[in-house]
Amino acid sequence: MSTMAMRLEAEIPALRRYAFALLRDHNRADDLVQDCLERAISRWYLRRTDGDLRAWLFTIMRNLHISAGRQSQRRGPHHDLDTVTLPGSPADQDHGIAVRDILEALDRLSDDQKSLLLLVGVEDLSYEQAAAVIGVPVGTVMSRLSRARQKFRSILDNKTPATLRRVK
Amino acid sequence: MMNTGSPIGEDDLQAYIDGKLPPDRQALVDAYLAGHPEVSARVTQQLADREALRVRLSEKFAEPIPARLRIANLQSNAALRRRGWYRSAMTACIFLGIGLAGGWWLKPEGVQINAARLSEAGFAANASDAYRTFVVEVAHPVEVGADDEAHLVTWLSKRSGRALTPPNLSAFGYKLLGGRVLPGGGAAAAQLMYEDDKGERLAVYLRAGQSAQTAFTFEEKNGVSSFVWVDQGFDFAVSASVDRAKLLPIATAIYQGMI
Repeated sequence: MSTMAMRLEAEIPALRRYAFALLRDHNRADDLVQDCLERAISRWYLRRTDGDLRAWLFTIMRNLHISAGRQSQRRGPHHDLDTVTLPGSPADQDHGIAVRDILEALDRLSDDQKSLLLLVGVEDLSYEQAAAVIGVPVGTVMSRLSRARQKFRSILDNKTPATLRRVK
Repeated sequence: MMNTGSPIGEDDLQAYIDGKLPPDRQALVDAYLAGHPEVSARVTQQLADREALRVRLSEKFAEPIPARLRIANLQSNAALRRRGWYRSAMTACIFLGIGLAGGWWLKPEGVQINAARLSEAGFAANASDAYRTFVVEVAHPVEVGADDEAHLVTWLSKRSGRALTPPNLSAFGYKLLGGRVLPGGGAAAAQLMYEDDKGERLAVYLRAGQSAQTAFTFEEKNGVSSFVWVDQGFDFAVSASVDRAKLLPIATAIYQGMI
């Protein structure tokens, strides 16, 4: 196995975890990982050899995710015809429960906040690496991280009204 | 220890949550939290949230890598795509080649393809038109007769802008009648008229032109055959009412012997 393959494959579990946390869909997450890896392979010799491989890969993935998000904003979200749920009478038991899954709470944060919680809190990137991925100074990372954690908690506390809350 | 004196900031608390606090700040933050139960509660909660997120995602991290994400597989995909691209490029080249070859093979005689050849074609048309105009002329086939050859040479050389000597075609039975000056599309052209003993006429039409060199081009129009070429700064055309085979040695002789 080549050095490139070895070094890239070592990062795949982390990339899949990050992608899944962003998309909350296993297939789409692996699609994103695949796009990211393909791009990394094609640009392997263009990367800065003294640079940080993890930060580089997460930057590629984040950029792909953001541009895909812009695309789906233009086109509208993609729904697979087979998995789409037909409108029916809504289930009642969810009332009052704002968040069933912690990833759902994560999803209500902005892109940058979400990425920061994941990159720093889960992927254990240094603040400098996270700053490089997001493309902001380290000081900005610190203050955004602080706000992101507060907002994350308040969503979990159900203090802020959920954006998609049903009105009765 | 430089930082020990500075007050506790939000960045200290975040670094505390992430376990990235420099060792010399650790004790300070611990002491601060002990004295600020509200902040301590918030930090503890955020620490728990961080941990909850890690736990929620740990399963995903532990999953085995799917085959489609193996680097070797991704690389062979890319190689296949490249090969596919290469193959279609090759196919395109082959078809383009067939098209070009077929077009060349099917091209009508005398239709010229590029711009240089187009101007050459215009020149050839001038030459054969001039031939047809003056070949039937009985009274004045030439302006200056061959009997005054010295004058003819100076005059034509002066008018066409280049030194020239009429080629001797007596080996082919053609005798120089004389010459005339004609418009040649920009520059003045010179026409030298020859006649054999049966009264068949042949014209050498020349014009100072490009310094390039081209091969012979044959053209036949209304029974007038012409060979056209460019050599030594002259556009040449030899026209006569004979067939290609008969005209070719004459054109070759002019090409070899002229100037």
